Amino acid sequence: MTGACIVGVGETAYAKRGGLDTSEYHLALEAICAAVADAGMSLEEIDGLASFADDRNLPVFVAADLGLRELRHASMSWLPGGGGGCAAVGNAALAVEAGHAHAVVVYRSLCQGQFVRFGQGPGARRAPADRAPALRRSKGPLDTAAAFTMPFAMLSPPITYAMVMQRHMHRFGTTPEHLGNVAVRFRDHATRNPRAVLRTPMTLDDYFASRLVAEPFHLFDCCMENDGACAVVVTGAARAADGAKPAVEIAATAQGAPGAYGHGQYVNVYVDDELYTSGGGRPVARDLWARAGIGPDEVDVAMLYDHFSGMVLLQLEDYGFCGPGEGGPCFAETTLPINTHGGSLSEAYIHGLNHVVEGVRQLRGESTAPVPGAQTCLVTSAAGVPGSGMVLRVAR
Amino acid sequence: MSERWFPDAMPVPAVSPDTMPWWQAAAEHRLVVQVCDTCGRHRHPPSPVCPHCHGWSSTFADHPGTGTIYTFTVVHQAFVPGIPVPHVVAVVDLDGTGTRLVTNVVDADPAEVRIGRAVEVVWEDMGPDLSVPRARLR
Repeated sequence: MTGACIVGVGETAYAKRGGLDTSEYHLALEAICAAVADAGMSLEEIDGLASFADDRNLPVFVAADLGLRELRHASMSWLPGGGGGCAAVGNAALAVEAGHAHAVVVYRSLCQGQFVRFGQGPGARRAPADRAPALRRSKGPLDTAAAFTMPFAMLSPPITYAMVMQRHMHRFGTTPEHLGNVAVRFRDHATRNPRAVLRTPMTLDDYFASRLVAEPFHLFDCCMENDGACAVVVTGAARAADGAKPAVEIAATAQGAPGAYGHGQYVNVYVDDELYTSGGGRPVARDLWARAGIGPDEVDVAMLYDHFSGMVLLQLEDYGFCGPGEGGPCFAETTLPINTHGGSLSEAYIHGLNHVVEGVRQLRGESTAPVPGAQTCLVTSAAGVPGSGMVLRVAR
Repeated sequence: MSERWFPDAMPVPAVSPDTMPWWQAAAEHRLVVQVCDTCGRHRHPPSPVCPHCHGWSSTFADHPGTGTIYTFTVVHQAFVPGIPVPHVVAVVDLDGTGTRLVTNVVDADPAEVRIGRAVEVVWEDMGPDLSVPRARLR
């Protein structure tokens, strides 16, 4: 092997939003330490930190509080929302492969109970109760764009992506059952996963009985909001070969989006119909398959970003597992294991970094829903926003 | 003041110098769409430069407020206190512009809302200098 590898993974307990007493920052440090220990490394070897999604747990504090000797790489992926998870791992891999850092920890810690709910940025600012609603001065392009959506009740990601699915159903005949299949299958995986926050078995009837949020989405179409943190350690091939556990190679990463995609707070309504009814991932998939030298047929297991059930179907289309519009039947019929940890829908919503963790565990044979002989894993970071993807491979 | 469909607690719009003409027109119950002076293409939301020809000069042209529903959702959760549930969030193709407007279908049973249905803009006065376009089925 020649490329950077993931040699350690770790996480804290996962809980519902507000369910953990410790600070978000404390959890970040815990997860980083757990990943480094899993790697059989010491904190002295860590000289890089990387994250995404405007993580609040700034690297200068992490470095100081963990007693790192030097910080030689600190990167934040600038893709919106959860789009930067694989990109953050890619940033770490680039640093390591260029010889700029020896070992970089990629982390994400999220306690939404302690802060404003994700997706509710300054654009969601309400009128002060003591005076009549009035225009206010913008704090930047996101705020300016949100003026054309938030006052019109496009207030939260379920609404944004419900509208994408309505259009997809209109164009292609995708059905509510197609969405329910995703929720049910991932919950089934979660029943085997002690870390998962939601482990109660769920049938399609249970799914349809859950309350509607924004049509066609029921409660169980929507990812959770959780408290928790996870982290992965990226280092070079030579160091990985001496690691405590089998190394998992980062075969390739890719990031980005078609132009004009991702406008606003995950709005996307201003692009053409073909792009709007996709997950926006085709350019990322193109670059990823080219760099990895493989296609969807070579994938043994996949961790797809499941902020919403229907968006998983769009990723199957974007990454070429089926044609445009065919994601519903494709998911229903495929034997490809997907989100074997339960995903964001049932394990935890740590903005998809826990999908990287599960991908590594699968390729080491450590998953709670193992895929025997799995050699190659696809991980995606987000659909519906400019995002990223990664191919992991058992290191040879 | 106009009819009211949404509560005062709704998020208030943030304005930049580039979008102010749109909100000023809205306060006068005029729907406008930005037009590039160099290539003539419409764009929305308003922005500093034309993404097609990169011209920096533009005009805000009056629009009759007619369009068709491109997509929508019926929302069953109150994300803002006092917001009527269910309510409809819709994306409207504005006739003749190639642009889309995010708005709400009001004064209709949500079950009547369909992709492709024709709509027309109606105005809601949220405050003395703040009005927003909603949509009625035609």
